[in-house]
Formats: sequence, structure tokens, C-alpha cells
Amino acid sequence: MDHIRHRRPLGVGALTIGLSLAIAGGAVAQDAAPSFEAAPGALTLVAYTTPREAYEELIPLFQATPEGQGVTFEESYGPSGDQSRAVSAGLAADVLALALWPDVERLVEAGIVAPDWDENEYGGIIHDSVAVFAVRPGNPKGILTWEDLTREDVVVITPNPITSGGAQWNILAAYQAQILAGKTEEEAIDFLTRLASRVAVWDRGARDALTTFANGQGDVLIAYENEALFARDAGVPLDVVVPDATILIENSLAPTLIGDAPVQGQAFVDFLYTPDAQRVYARHHFRPVLPEVLAEFDFYQPPQLFTVADLGGWPEARPRFFDPNTGIMAQIFQTLGIGS
Amino acid sequence: MTSAVDARPDHRSGVLGSYDGRGFMGPGLAALYLGLIVLIPITALIWQSVSGGLDSFLTAVTRPQAFAAITLTFLMSLGVVLINAVMGTLIAWVLVRDDFPGKRLVNSLIDLPFALPTIVTGLTLLTLYGPRSPFGINVAYAPAAIILALLFVTLPFVVRSVQPVLLELDRDMEEAAASLGAGPGTVVRRIILPNLVPAILTGGALAFARCIGEFGSVVLISGNIPFRTEVASVYIMGQVEADQPGEAAAVSLVLLVTSLVLLVTFDLVRRRVSHHEEPA
Repeated sequence: MDHIRHRRPLGVGALTIGLSLAIAGGAVAQDAAPSFEAAPGALTLVAYTTPREAYEELIPLFQATPEGQGVTFEESYGPSGDQSRAVSAGLAADVLALALWPDVERLVEAGIVAPDWDENEYGGIIHDSVAVFAVRPGNPKGILTWEDLTREDVVVITPNPITSGGAQWNILAAYQAQILAGKTEEEAIDFLTRLASRVAVWDRGARDALTTFANGQGDVLIAYENEALFARDAGVPLDVVVPDATILIENSLAPTLIGDAPVQGQAFVDFLYTPDAQRVYARHHFRPVLPEVLAEFDFYQPPQLFTVADLGGWPEARPRFFDPNTGIMAQIFQTLGIGS
Repeated sequence: MTSAVDARPDHRSGVLGSYDGRGFMGPGLAALYLGLIVLIPITALIWQSVSGGLDSFLTAVTRPQAFAAITLTFLMSLGVVLINAVMGTLIAWVLVRDDFPGKRLVNSLIDLPFALPTIVTGLTLLTLYGPRSPFGINVAYAPAAIILALLFVTLPFVVRSVQPVLLELDRDMEEAAASLGAGPGTVVRRIILPNLVPAILTGGALAFARCIGEFGSVVLISGNIPFRTEVASVYIMGQVEADQPGEAAAVSLVLLVTSLVLLVTFDLVRRRVSHHEEPA
């Protein structure tokens, strides 16, 4: 192919590039006002994907209450970490429903969420779940305990705790179950290494891991109870085993300080803690945080149920286990990777 | 990009800029557009990756897991480019030189990998070539799965680069060579391939660049096993998720620079080959 060469004064291009840089600079400077234009008075809910179906029921219920009358909604759903980063980067939000505490806490420093957001009666938690084992129908491999996951004949599927904030519950559950069984920290880390060596697929997130399992890979998927039950409802053939020692998964809810509808936002948050709203969550397989509502439903209570607080809380557990470069999991990956 | 078969550069256009050098709008607009769409984001990326200093950049890209992911990504990409260079050329040849029923349909199918959301690609490939494969072919959660996904998403590049060149290739040359006693093999080797090499290289370079950054089609089927099947884009996603944007940017920069070096190398080779073919 031939090319006719165009001679251009260099200045023109340089000038234009300079100009575009200047325009971009100006745009950044002006970006203090939120660029996301919600309808006037609309309440923006920014949530992670899993409870979407619950909110499709909850929003009309709220709109039928005196406080919710006439309130319109804008909804945004996505992976919890992505949603948190989007809000941090300027996505407007009145109410945040995110999978785990660190995704909300990230927004405190930026002044988007009040520092005391997790100091209400329920610690900023709107619903719970537990880490469970999803196994093939009839549990042919007889998987009942965390120890079973390290057996030579068992193939494990779990999302990667580095790419999936939600998968961090799984690892913390596996670890703390060992500590409760009387093992030392060193032995518990050794257990995690053996567990990791049985994992055939480290999916990016919980839904991907479910897809992997539904496609026939693995004997057991470490999942949240609500996700596993949701999948079973949707026709994925699986049984749910709740191990005797497991972690209580706590999902966060917080109003923001930057929304267009702060009054309605707070009213919606208050509504979500009412027994009626909590029942909707429960029907979608989340464990209600109101004890009286929880008692109405048939959730199995494992004898050794612990929370992230037993591991020192997120600020301590997260860097210790999941720092992508120096955390316990990164070291385990490195050990296994170099060994293979 | 030579993605459409009939796209030919029109050097005579006088509206946006003419070849006498007095036009302004064309180059100005192009530079503004490039600045906004490419230059500023890339500058920001470079800034982000080096703002922590050279030491932290080097630490980030030489971490064993990062290094393994980068190496895997490049090896897989090179393999895929080689395979698609051969197969893409073959497909282009069949589409241009052979006649068969449904040829137009097949021709329009070639671009489908571009249209399909990559996550759908990954899901489809997993269903067809995963543990529940209806054909009994299971490549999932192994490096072969990465190759498969990348082959799919980069197929159009070489085909669409080679096709227009083949269409324009003067058959007289081949006939002349044949009448002078050259066998089919010699004609392909001495006449056809030399004319196609620049286009194959262009398509291969584009395919390589696409492979390096591919995420959606790979993430579901590769298994993301660190040190074994975790590609760079998935590693980068982990760093982003863990609030380490500097580390993510550093690894991205390595991908970017290596791609750039490779694209420039391909271009130099292409120029050399083109030049070689011109009559002295």
C-alpha cells in the first residue's frame, strides 16, 4: 500500500493536544458538582447485585408507606467493590447496600458516609448469611466439615478472595473454624494451604463460581447460604450443607451524606429495618437481623457461629489475610505456585 | 484499520484537509480526538504507575505472581497470534478465492467475535468445551482454555487485514509465474505470500494487542489459578479490588509498553517487507 505523506506544521498538532489537555484539566476542576443527574427528589440506591430481586419487592412496599409516598427511585447494581469505587469517584447515591463493611468504610474518609454509620442498633448490618458448602445432589462425597474439603478426592470451587471481596468470608470461615477446633494459628494457616491446593478454580466472583459449579466442575462450592439457595431455586441441582463451625456473613447498609434526597434516604433505611421489610429479605434467603423475624423462618443455626469480630474485625483481618502482596493468601498462592 | 473489505484510503478528500498542506480541520480534529481519547488516559496511567517512584514500580512488576501472570499472558498471546496468522490467512483465502454456497453468510460471520460481549463468549466456550462439553472436549481451567478464548476473540483481525489485499492481488502475476513453469507451491511461496505478509503482520499485531488486555472471555474459562492460568488482566483486577491502584497501573504499563514495542517491531518488519517488494 502506498502512502501519500502529508507535511503538516508540527505546531498545529502540538497546540491541539495542549488545548485538549487544558480542556480536560478544566473539566476535572469543575467536577466538584456531581455529574450524575437524578430526577428531582429521586432516591438513588447503589447496591451490590445479589439482593436485587429483594429490592424489586421492597421499593414498591416502601412507596406504599406514608414516608415513601411519591418517592421515586434510581437504582444501580453491580459488584460490591466496583459500586463502592464508583461512588467514591462521584456516582451519586443516597443509600448504599454493599456486601461487606470495608466497601462502605472506604467512603467514610472521602466524607461520603458518616463515620458513625456502623453504630446503629445493628452495627450498620441489614441482613446476614452464613458460609455454606454447595454439594452435588445427595452429597455423594459426604462433605460435612471443613476438614473434608482438604481430602484428596474432593475438588473445591471458591471465588478468589483477592478479586472478590465476598470470597473473603469463605477464607475467614475456614481459618476460624480451625482455631475453634483448638488448632494454633500456624496450623490454621497450614490448613488454608491444604485447602487452597484442593481448589481447582479461583473464580473472579461469587456468581462466576456458581456458574463454574453449575457447569459440572468440582465436588463442593464454598458459597453464601443465600446464593446457594437462590441457585437451587433457579434449578441448579445442588444440596446445601451448613458446617457446624462457620462465619456469619454481615451485609452493610448506610445512608450517604452526599445524596439529593437525604430525608427520604433515611426513611428508606428505617423502613428496611421494619419486620415487613426483613421478611422480604428472608424470603430471598437472607437471614434477617431482627431476632423475632429470624425466628419466623427455618434457618439452621450452626452451633459454632462466629463473626469477623472474632478475627479482630475487618481493619485487622483484611490486610492480614488478603493484602494482595503480603497477606496470608498471597503467601499461600506463592507457596503453591512455586511448588507446582 | 482495514476492517471493512472495501475500505480504501481516499487521498483526494478536500473537506477535512487536502494534500497541499493548507487544510486545518482534519489534523486538528484528529489531534484533539486522539488527545482526549488516548493520550490523556495513557498519560494518567503512566503517571499513576510511576508516581510511587521507580522502586515501587519495579517491586510491583517483579512480584512472583505478577511476573507469572505477565509471562503467561505474553506466551499465550504469541501462540494465539501465530495460530490465527496461519488460520486467518487460510480463511481469507477461502473467502476470496473459493466459491461455495453460503459464502456471503460465512463472510459476515467472521466479525461476530467482535460483536459478542466477551463474558458471553467465555460462558459459551465454557458450556461447549468445559466439564459438561457435549462433544466430550474439556479444556477448561487449563492454559489451553486461555488459547481457545483468545483465538475466538482475535479471529477477525488477520482475516480482515488479509482479505482486501487478496482481493486486489493481481492474478496476472500468478498466471505469469505458472506459465513460466512455477508449481502451485512456488506461486504461493514466491508470489502470494510476500504480498500478504504486510497484511498478516498488521492483523497479527492488532490481534496481539487485543490478547494482552483481554479479560471477559478468559476470566470464566481459565480458572484464574495463580501461577498457572491467571492472566495479567485478572491479576490487575485483583490489585484494583484490593485498593492497590498503583500496583495495577504498574502491571498495565508493562503490558502497554511491551505491546507498543511489539507493534513498532511488527510495523518495521512490515515496512521492510513492503519495501523489499517494491521494484528497485
